[in-house]
Amino acid sequence: MHELSIAMSIVEMAEEEAAARGSARVHAVHLRLGPLSGVVKEALLSSFEMACAASPLEGSQLVIEEVPIMVFCSTCQAARRVASLQWMCCPECGAPSQDVLQGKELEITALELSE
Amino acid sequence: MSAEPRLVEVRKNVLRQNDVVARALREQYRQAGVFVVSLVSSPGAGKTAFLEKTLTLLHANSRVAALVGDLATENDAARLARSMAPVRQIITGTVCHLEAAMVQNALQGWDLSQLDFLFVENVGNLVCPSSYDLGENLRLVLLSVTEGEDKPLKYPTIFNSADVAIITKMDLAAAVEFDEQAAYRNVHAVRPGMSILKLSSKSGEGVQAFLDFLGEQRSRCRRTTEAAAWTAT
Repeated sequence: MHELSIAMSIVEMAEEEAAARGSARVHAVHLRLGPLSGVVKEALLSSFEMACAASPLEGSQLVIEEVPIMVFCSTCQAARRVASLQWMCCPECGAPSQDVLQGKELEITALELSE
Repeated sequence: MSAEPRLVEVRKNVLRQNDVVARALREQYRQAGVFVVSLVSSPGAGKTAFLEKTLTLLHANSRVAALVGDLATENDAARLARSMAPVRQIITGTVCHLEAAMVQNALQGWDLSQLDFLFVENVGNLVCPSSYDLGENLRLVLLSVTEGEDKPLKYPTIFNSADVAIITKMDLAAAVEFDEQAAYRNVHAVRPGMSILKLSSKSGEGVQAFLDFLGEQRSRCRRTTEAAAWTAT
């Protein structure tokens, strides 16, 4: 369960960004999350609430955009969305692919701020 | 009275701090010419026995050292010290994984240029270590025959974050009716093309093949580094 330390990093980064922009309040943090990041959405959401308590972010929302895993299929010569983490293959031709284009994301993309 | 919130675009990798340290470590390893191998597995998959065997055998012809991570106790470091290689324990307290900064701290005072191989044994955990780059050249994920062939399907992320799968405790394979083909199939479903080696630290079966593989990987890494340096000049 490393989501709490990750949630604390998110809170810290959001605080820094808000301060740098002269904003007093963070209403929401938007995050892109890929399944290969090793972070579980539900655990991160509850950890975020804990990490925000008694911090300047108290009451702010974590808005998570889940990013699907995309691989490059060398047979089809195209980017393809894999069906599951347990089957890293092209859904069209079935060829296995280890060329991961997307799915490891754990990044803050936006903040909702006010003065 | 507060104004309507405004949406401000930000692009920040949450693990940036760890990644920065990992990158610095990777560069440090490259300059020192040391090949760094990390090990991840569930608790009890045989990481320490495997490492003890590997260190003991490599110690004869190579300069080796190890860092071992655990929540508590220095038992593993004491066990590995029997190999005669320098070993340091990283006690993580309540932290369930190693982070690049912990490795960096533990390495203080060690002259890495005096080493050929450095092993970093992560905390026994198949979940959290997958998120953290430690700057290693090669990440091994260990799977013991007693754990069941479907471990890769249950923990796909860690298998995906690793470079090589090592099947351990092969001496028990028959007793637990280990289905080798199923294990290979499951590893390749979550990580197509992944190299798989099987061995027994107890009987020694497969250990030499692993050491040969490790030697090849190190030479390949050195060639790549030298080629890159040559291109740069």
